[in-house]
Amino acid sequence: MKRLPPPAPIGLLPWLRSRLFDGPASSLATVLILLAAAWLLPGALRWAVSGAVWSADAEACRQAAGACWGMVAEKYRPILFGRYPYEAQWRPLCATALLLAAIVFSLLAPALTRRKPGLRLWPWLGAAWVLAPAGFLLLMGGGAFGLAAVPTELWGGLPLTLLLATAGIATAFPLALLVALGRSGPLPAVRALCAVYVETVRSIPLVPALFLASFLIPLLVPPRLSADVLLRVQVAITLFAAAYLAEAIRGALASVPDGQRQAAAALGLGWWGTQRHILLPQALRAAAPSIANSFVNLFKDTSLVVVVGLYELTGSLELALSGDPQWRSYHLEGYLFIGALYWLGCYALSRASRHLEPRGR
Amino acid sequence: MSAARTGRAAWLLQIALFAALAAGAWWLAGTAAEEMRARGIRSGFDFFAQPAGFWISEGVFEFDPAESYLKAFAAGLANTLRVALPAIAAALLLGTLVGIGRLARNPLLRGLCTAYVETLRNIPLLLQLFTWYYLLTAMLPPAAEAIELLPHVFLGSGGLALPWVADGGLSLPQRGGFAITGGAHLSPEYLALFIGLTGYTAAYIAESVRGGLQSVSAGQRQAAAALGLTPRQTLRLVTLPQALPMLVPPLANQSLNLLKNSSLAVAIGYPELVSIANTTLNQTGRAVECIAVVLAVYLLLCAVGIAIAHALESRLRHWERA
Repeated sequence: MKRLPPPAPIGLLPWLRSRLFDGPASSLATVLILLAAAWLLPGALRWAVSGAVWSADAEACRQAAGACWGMVAEKYRPILFGRYPYEAQWRPLCATALLLAAIVFSLLAPALTRRKPGLRLWPWLGAAWVLAPAGFLLLMGGGAFGLAAVPTELWGGLPLTLLLATAGIATAFPLALLVALGRSGPLPAVRALCAVYVETVRSIPLVPALFLASFLIPLLVPPRLSADVLLRVQVAITLFAAAYLAEAIRGALASVPDGQRQAAAALGLGWWGTQRHILLPQALRAAAPSIANSFVNLFKDTSLVVVVGLYELTGSLELALSGDPQWRSYHLEGYLFIGALYWLGCYALSRASRHLEPRGR
Repeated sequence: MSAARTGRAAWLLQIALFAALAAGAWWLAGTAAEEMRARGIRSGFDFFAQPAGFWISEGVFEFDPAESYLKAFAAGLANTLRVALPAIAAALLLGTLVGIGRLARNPLLRGLCTAYVETLRNIPLLLQLFTWYYLLTAMLPPAAEAIELLPHVFLGSGGLALPWVADGGLSLPQRGGFAITGGAHLSPEYLALFIGLTGYTAAYIAESVRGGLQSVSAGQRQAAAALGLTPRQTLRLVTLPQALPMLVPPLANQSLNLLKNSSLAVAIGYPELVSIANTTLNQTGRAVECIAVVLAVYLLLCAVGIAIAHALESRLRHWERA
């Protein structure tokens, strides 16, 4: 007996029926989602768009039924730059732009080289990552070329978030590489040491680690080295992120087939040569998604420095709104605004990493 | 001979490394102790027996300020578990549903689940907690006008009141002029933390569940379809049982992340372990001791969690084979 396959749905309505009303459960889900949308969306749109106030007018905001986006128009400078001296805020603006340019260039680099295989971007990337951080620190800190010195306690907002994240990535990655190699290497004592470090750090939350860093490091470092709070927090974030990164890299190293190792040994490569030329290139490529994930987590974790008194994006929002009775009641708009900024950052990071992932075997 | 020499060199290298580390640790500890003496910071764990002198606003058991710091830490640990354990259960349930929903044929359902995951994973948890706390305190009516969600379940800016067993009977919350009396009461801090932790972790769990389900080979699904199983039967009888043992490690990992993330409560004022330790170290100045206790407790909790996960995984693998 020969049976024909069921006819494929042709046309909009049959297609909709096959997708949206395919059995009772699917139909129920469709109806529930549509009902919820009909119930919630008009109110949400009224609040966010048609009933919202867009100008920095506190009186209009008080009378409006919707959101007060005017708060962002009024407060964007203290939100984005924290307590940095108001008249000098062109400096964090330029510093942020500089660092963002270097970051965007690096994120786009894999896509560019993929499109034009002959392109040699390494020298340019290297130059960007020497110049951008130097320019960033010079603009933010001042004290040279006629720029007034601004202590790190006053740094805040978006530049602080970006600084903690990029410096965290730049310092955690080499450390993680060493720890991952040590943990999969031939020296048992080093292996044990790296394992203890990774497993301990991965078992504790970041918040008490930040507390520890901000209390313990001033005791350890002589006051003339004056470990300011920014540096302490950076140390904690780096050590913390490195443990997670090391675990991601170690997993990928272990997943490289053993034949690769044997082939390298047959070619006469030593341990370092095998790691550098054979294992790491394959492992890092395979680990790209989880490395990107760790970077995204590090970027989000920078928000926690608010618990030790640094005002990055989240902290500077509180600072900008809580003390001002005129705008205090528009926290929700502020949370949505910086939430959108964080979302963009994380999304850009994870999108860029997709160009590094191995594609089809 | 060369192998023996490199072996000896490696051992010497490792011994030198350990000696350097020990010397460094010794020097750091010495410097820290000296510095603490110079600044008049006392050290030791003797303060644990002293009366704490602060109130704990909510908890599993009553806490009196006359009781010791040690008891306060215990109350903090109980509060950590009070929020983390229910949140882990809720996150596992929600995350599994969303993860299955991300593979649904229905594009509306799939889109909703994808939007949920992509939004919540890409916004810092701290910001989500602040947002929930703000919504629950500033956007809700005061107790006298609390919303009655269900009969005798009230939600207001003071938190959630719901019927609870008390004195052998059911205690029902009643709306008074200023406050809600009777029943059980959950503070807005607790609710914000519970909702925030659940929602955030569920997004990660959903991704793990989706990955686990997709890793079951397509042949299994096709074979199930050939046997005439419906999609739901396929999920329940074929895909999920094979994916479950593989899912235990990532889900255990996410559950422990939730436990660790409950320490963000310090930012919204829920009195769990880290908040209590923070209050204590501000009162006593014994920073290193307080943080050491917190770290030790988390190390222990994570070790227990990992042991449970291992046991569960091997049980599931046996069950699968049986």
